Amino acid sequence: MKTLLFKRALQLLTVVWGVGTLTFILMRSLPGDMAYRIAASRYGQDNVNAQAAQMVREELQLDQSAFVAYWHWLTDLLQFKLGDSLVSGMPVTETLQHMLGHSLLLALAGLMVSILIAVPVGLLCAWRGNPLDSIFMGLSSVIRALPVFVIGVLFILLFALHWRWFPVAGFGSFSHLVLPAFTLALSLAAVSNRVVRDSAKRAFSATFYQFSKVKGLPAWQTFRRHGIRNIAVPVVAFFGIQLVSMIEGIVMVESLFSWPGIGHGLAHAIFARDIPVIQGAALVMGVLFVFLNTLVDMLCLWIDPRGAKTE
Amino acid sequence: MKLTTSQWLGLSLLVGLMAFAVLGSVFTPYTVAQQDLNSVMTPPSLTHWLGTDHFGRSMLSRMAHAVGLSFALSLVCVLTSSLIGTAFGVWAVWGGKKVDNALSVAVNVLLALPGLVVVLLFAAIAPGSFLVLYLAISLVQWVEYFRVVRAITQNVIQSPARQSSQMMGFGRWYQFKRHIWPAISPSVFTLAAFGGANAILTMASLGFVSVGIQPPLAELGLMSVALFPYYSEAPWLLAQPLVVIALLILGFHLLAGKRA
Repeated sequence: MKTLLFKRALQLLTVVWGVGTLTFILMRSLPGDMAYRIAASRYGQDNVNAQAAQMVREELQLDQSAFVAYWHWLTDLLQFKLGDSLVSGMPVTETLQHMLGHSLLLALAGLMVSILIAVPVGLLCAWRGNPLDSIFMGLSSVIRALPVFVIGVLFILLFALHWRWFPVAGFGSFSHLVLPAFTLALSLAAVSNRVVRDSAKRAFSATFYQFSKVKGLPAWQTFRRHGIRNIAVPVVAFFGIQLVSMIEGIVMVESLFSWPGIGHGLAHAIFARDIPVIQGAALVMGVLFVFLNTLVDMLCLWIDPRGAKTE
Repeated sequence: MKLTTSQWLGLSLLVGLMAFAVLGSVFTPYTVAQQDLNSVMTPPSLTHWLGTDHFGRSMLSRMAHAVGLSFALSLVCVLTSSLIGTAFGVWAVWGGKKVDNALSVAVNVLLALPGLVVVLLFAAIAPGSFLVLYLAISLVQWVEYFRVVRAITQNVIQSPARQSSQMMGFGRWYQFKRHIWPAISPSVFTLAAFGGANAILTMASLGFVSVGIQPPLAELGLMSVALFPYYSEAPWLLAQPLVVIALLILGFHLLAGKRA
């Protein structure tokens, strides 16, 4: 447990360092004089002259060497001084808080729906076998080949524009959440249902499972006592692996549905070259990634305490 | 190497698409950016086999170029990342504890962030650059080869066969060829097929959020976004990039055979 948390804490540090370094390189590689740019975002495009730029340069010590600047950049980052957005002028932390709430809502909803799809389908496939198994596995192969934004576009075309059941994009009410959540869920479930199925098949054909049936336990009780926990371990571990695709999916789904979350913010900030927001959004995504990974690790340990000894 | 039926299917799908890309971009009379505003959004006809888009550009030329671009990117990404990943994976085991530790630190840094976020950050540094996209995707992908190759090589290096090979005085290259490569090659090929799909998917995703390849170049994700507003007037146009992306990825997944 301790080594696990220590490893994750180390990972958190590398996230902060990696994001900070990349955005620092980004900041330095932008064309033009930084002092002029900051002066422009402070005093407005019309009020920039050499004097204002010189003031900014002296105040922020912009003429210092790259190494010193890099050091300041990282120490600022460690104190969570993320600065203000270059576009809206709002503090980045405030913007991020607003976005994070929406992203978490979408992620949670997507994950829930994907579990609700993947687990019953996977179990059904393992339990019933062919032809149901082949049909569902073939179907999930096809869905797996569809990028998440293609699924989203198809959903918009069918459910929003053709049948007009749900709004096309935006947020605010429950009906706005349905399409983005289902898009995310379907792309996740197409992969995870296979893991559920394989895991369930392995458990169903295991000797301990056969034995409990032979000794006369009814099917449901066998499943409850001997099935669930054994099936759950690989599945929960896989959800940890799938976190990558979930976060990547969030970026795409949010951009597609104009959902005001971190992914949408990141894509927009990159388009507008709004470096403080890029840094903040990437940072939050990385931290979220590490945090969720830790959660999955602990969940695995709780389901199957045997793992603790081999760590 | 023996291929299963579904692997053959995937391979022929990919070869077909590649033939379309090569023949399409060589024999088309229209360039990617050549506009004809008198005939916009025409349905497929003899002059324009796949119709024209909202600027009257030939869809056949654009699709062929876009598919070609996708293949080019996935090919260079797969080659680079598999070479680096395999070389480092073997080196981590062979080079001793110090090399192994140094490499695992580098890997952990890369694994700390989701791949798409890394690629997005790189794309922010130089928007629209194919080279940066290629570097970023390769940087993200080599880690997977590294981890798999390192795990398998660890077993092979301990094997009596490899050790006696060494004691007989065979060189490292021979040992790699004779003992390590046969053990890792099936996994490397599977990873390469998935990596090809992922590279295409990443480029299309970036194009889709408008931070990848920039217009007027043709790119599948970019085209899906550009044609989306015209879905009701010209659904066949929007369908083209979407179907082709799906086919490309399906082809690579089928070729991979084993599942991820």
